[in-house]
Amino acid sequence: MSEKKYSKKHEWVELNGDTATVGITKHATEMLGDIVFVEVPENGKSVEKDGQAAIVESTKAASDVNSPMTGNVTEGNKSIVDDPSSVNSDPEKEGWFFKIKIKDKSEFDSLMNKSDYDKFIKDNPN
Amino acid sequence: MEVQKTALYKIHKNLGAKFGPFAGYEMPIQYSDGIVKEHISTRTYAGFFDVSHMGQFYIEGEPSIDEALEKIIPADLKNLNINQSKYCFLLNLEGGIIDDLIITRRKNGFYIVLNAACKDNDIKHISKNLSKNHKFYLCSKTSLIAVQGPKSSEILEKNIKGISNLKFMYGNFFEFEGEKLYATRSGYTGEDGFEISVPNNKVENFIKYLIENKVKPVGLGARDTLRLEAGLCLYGHDLNEKINPIEANLKWAIAKTRRETGGFNGWKKIKENLDKGTSRIRVGILPEGKIIAREGTKIFSTNDKEIGTITSGTFGPSVNAPVSMGYIDPNFSEIGRNIKLEVRGKKHNAQISKLPFYKKSYVK
Repeated sequence: MSEKKYSKKHEWVELNGDTATVGITKHATEMLGDIVFVEVPENGKSVEKDGQAAIVESTKAASDVNSPMTGNVTEGNKSIVDDPSSVNSDPEKEGWFFKIKIKDKSEFDSLMNKSDYDKFIKDNPN
Repeated sequence: MEVQKTALYKIHKNLGAKFGPFAGYEMPIQYSDGIVKEHISTRTYAGFFDVSHMGQFYIEGEPSIDEALEKIIPADLKNLNINQSKYCFLLNLEGGIIDDLIITRRKNGFYIVLNAACKDNDIKHISKNLSKNHKFYLCSKTSLIAVQGPKSSEILEKNIKGISNLKFMYGNFFEFEGEKLYATRSGYTGEDGFEISVPNNKVENFIKYLIENKVKPVGLGARDTLRLEAGLCLYGHDLNEKINPIEANLKWAIAKTRRETGGFNGWKKIKENLDKGTSRIRVGILPEGKIIAREGTKIFSTNDKEIGTITSGTFGPSVNAPVSMGYIDPNFSEIGRNIKLEVRGKKHNAQISKLPFYKKSYVK
């Protein structure tokens, strides 16, 4: 049984045992517009909580995708590198960015659940 | 300074625009369709752009205007026909580009479309060269709407009789719902199209008519991807006061006779550059793969010598690949030459490309 949480930087994390799958939220894709380039981290790369882990570019600008948790990358999603538009069409499923083996579960507990995140984006529309 | 809004602000809002600040104006960056769809619909059908933030500048008076303007604009204005337009620029004493513009001869003088961010400075510069007998003003009673794309002529002809007969880079008066409006066959997208000064009291109806004909609103985001694919410069990025037209690879926009005879600001420097070459030149650049090289990206030779900088770069939806323009050492500027681009600390392969990236389809 997996559980999903959200960060203030508009990333989502789905936790399955000690593996976390990370992506960007639908709200994030709506703010970014058409996504035309994605760079995902290589296997084995260590990422820090709130540290830069991937890149997403729209026609307008490049943005960092941070990792909401500390850990080591076990897989980057090559299919979004080949077809970046799939992040727009299915951001919270097919459009995942990377998976990490986490170090500290308490980092997950400090993230927002769905209803808290929905309230957060309503209060902070930009 | 307070943020300005064009007369179409409410219309944009109702069309789902996402706004952003541009040259002191609150302008639509994109609408609900998004940049890529707006771009593609302009290339395949037609789109409309609110460019009312640009300066619609008029100069009227005696024929000595020609001479006064030829000092700062290197076009052959004396041989410009009534209603004929030219792309050109305002030059400073060193030949640097103060602004790029489109100038059209009108019955009593000239009509010049200036960049929004430059218009106040331009007017100071132009007025210094005019005499008391010349009247000049910036018109805010009309909105400036660009309608661009292969279907624009056919659609506009339905309610603006005769407009489809305009030749490329010519203008004239037409009638829309009993109101006179001035249109030129021009644009900045690489597509056939028109730029139309619509009286503010008619602009809502005009937009309604476009939308009824399935012409989509297009924001500044897609305007940028369209102009970049068409190899056209954006002032403040690809052009500035320290760059002259020869360096910008815009020699063609200086009238041939005037290149030889001069008599305009910066001619000495420009003539020297024409004869001896420049130390940098604007080129098109195609990065390999998907990496996007944006403004400020450093350009290197294949043996890692720094040779230039990118001034514009994005993903080109019609080219379906990243596209950039930049200034480089002319020794590395031949088409097809391999270069490297440093993006986020890593060097990526790229090639010098011909411009435009996307073939223009103007109606001549």
